[in-house]
Amino acid sequence: MNILDTDGARLLDAVRGLLAQKGIVSAAEIAERIAITDSASPGQGARMVAKAWIDPAYRASMLEDGSKAAEALDIPMRGMPPLGVLENTPEVHNLVVCTLCSCYPRAVLGYPPFWYKSAAYRSKAVRDPRGLLAEWKTTIAADVKVRVVDSTADYRWMVLPMRPAGTEGWTEAQLAAIVREGDMVGVTVPSI
Amino acid sequence: MFPAGAAVRVKNDWPEARGPVHIRTPHYVRGQKGTIVRHLGDFPNPEDLAFARPAADCRLYHVAFPMEAVWDGNGAPDELLIELYGHWLEPA
Repeated sequence: MNILDTDGARLLDAVRGLLAQKGIVSAAEIAERIAITDSASPGQGARMVAKAWIDPAYRASMLEDGSKAAEALDIPMRGMPPLGVLENTPEVHNLVVCTLCSCYPRAVLGYPPFWYKSAAYRSKAVRDPRGLLAEWKTTIAADVKVRVVDSTADYRWMVLPMRPAGTEGWTEAQLAAIVREGDMVGVTVPSI
Repeated sequence: MFPAGAAVRVKNDWPEARGPVHIRTPHYVRGQKGTIVRHLGDFPNPEDLAFARPAADCRLYHVAFPMEAVWDGNGAPDELLIELYGHWLEPA
């Protein structure tokens, strides 16, 4: 019988049973992982960005070790690939892509959006990043370096965008509310 | 071990032409010259992991390439930053 023709629910039960029986992973661990996966969303990354905008020490630790900085905000990172954080500055704008598949910092941004996985995004990001950014209505000045980060291996990358003007005196929660998924991939920049 | 700032070239190798493989080196960067930005850490070789073979730890580097060199004629000051394993790199 072809595995694609099997009853998916029964197959899953059987695999779970075998994993537990062989002591590889328990039912509780599977439930915990499902809960972690479901709770991951761009809101997590946005909390990190907002804190980095307000707290210079946190910002420094985030750029040094993204995984530790995520854990400091109670974002579960156990078993996740190491997280690297790319800082946008007046000189450099970062854009993340995975040309080989769809590597994405799921722990802090959740499931990758459909466009991130598309062949069109993956090919155009490395070939014509400014043309791609224009499609997102994002203009990067000609003298600013666009750095396209191809996420090819063991790290996962998120962008720390620049804090927009006009947000002086805002609370961390107010700031987190304006940070979108695309801002942390680099296709857009935060605006108010 | 390549230090930060070292000039390297990605091997112009096409193992996929010789048989089934799993590689994490994009085609567009093979044969290109770049600069080591930093050593990211050591990770089990994915080329072996994918086939459930014993996988030795490999050095993983962040390597920068000028966009202009990779895509002939792109005049912008832009760059590509790519994670590449040491065994794909040679001194340039």
